[in-house]
Amino acid sequence: MNFTLYLFYIFSFVLVSSSLVVVSTRNMVYAVMFLILAFFNAAGLFIILGAEFIAMLLIIVYVGAIAVLFLFVVMMLNIDIKIAQEINRKRPLLMMISGVFLFEVMMTLTLSKLHSYDPKILYPIKNDVTNTYAIGSILYTDFILPFQLCGAILFVAMIGAIVLTLKEDNRFVKKQIISNQVFRNKSNSLEIVKVKNNTGIDI
Amino acid sequence: MNTILNQNHFIILSTILFCVGMSGIFLNRKNIISLLMSIEIMLLAVNINFVAFSSFLQDLVGQIFAIFILTVAGAEAAIGLAILVVYFNNRKNIEIEDISSLKG
Repeated sequence: MNFTLYLFYIFSFVLVSSSLVVVSTRNMVYAVMFLILAFFNAAGLFIILGAEFIAMLLIIVYVGAIAVLFLFVVMMLNIDIKIAQEINRKRPLLMMISGVFLFEVMMTLTLSKLHSYDPKILYPIKNDVTNTYAIGSILYTDFILPFQLCGAILFVAMIGAIVLTLKEDNRFVKKQIISNQVFRNKSNSLEIVKVKNNTGIDI
Repeated sequence: MNTILNQNHFIILSTILFCVGMSGIFLNRKNIISLLMSIEIMLLAVNINFVAFSSFLQDLVGQIFAIFILTVAGAEAAIGLAILVVYFNNRKNIEIEDISSLKG
């Protein structure tokens, strides 16, 4: 058992167990924290695979943006968690679907030989350049259209989120009321008080 | 027992992770936030699969596609949480079983 495999087992064990905590805990803040732990472990797996850029992107985008967004929403909504929870009658049936899916893939992997046919490598990974350089050199040239579409998707998502959550009242718009400024003079804006010693003034 | 890291390890890992996320969706009847987090876990499993095949086939397209999946996951989380905030302001709870307004 070599070191890489050992590292893989550690990362994947923590990843699966923390994601089990995410789906099963009742406390949402703990769920977000374990989601962050799961993302860190997935980043470790990506580094094992040699995809350093995706690993760093996972930490920056998921942990830095999405998980923090989840955390903000969890803390903002202030949900009271009801402990009383009746057993859903359909739940064992629904749980069986994912169990059957897992069983199928396991059987496919163990019983059948994965016939690795000769794949057509479109963009081979070069070993003389770094991972980020290799990704950037094809992301901005051959994949420029999907990259731009990603930007469009993020733009639409940003506009949608703003439109959904912005209130109708114009509290963000500070308007200038000119008549108030014109009618402001010394008598209604300035007051001269005499301050005695050792006493304060009421403003 | 395989003594060297190969594709099967990563396929099994991502399948387990995907099933954990999927059972999280089925299991959860309380609120939508953990449902969204289950979807994030499923997308992470898909990403692991893409990057693993990209690494073992020595093809860079899998990693490019993982970046696009990350983008879509970010957009989905933002929109989902915005809808969640609006829904919470209207109904004061986010329990899934109470969302039956659209049932005929």
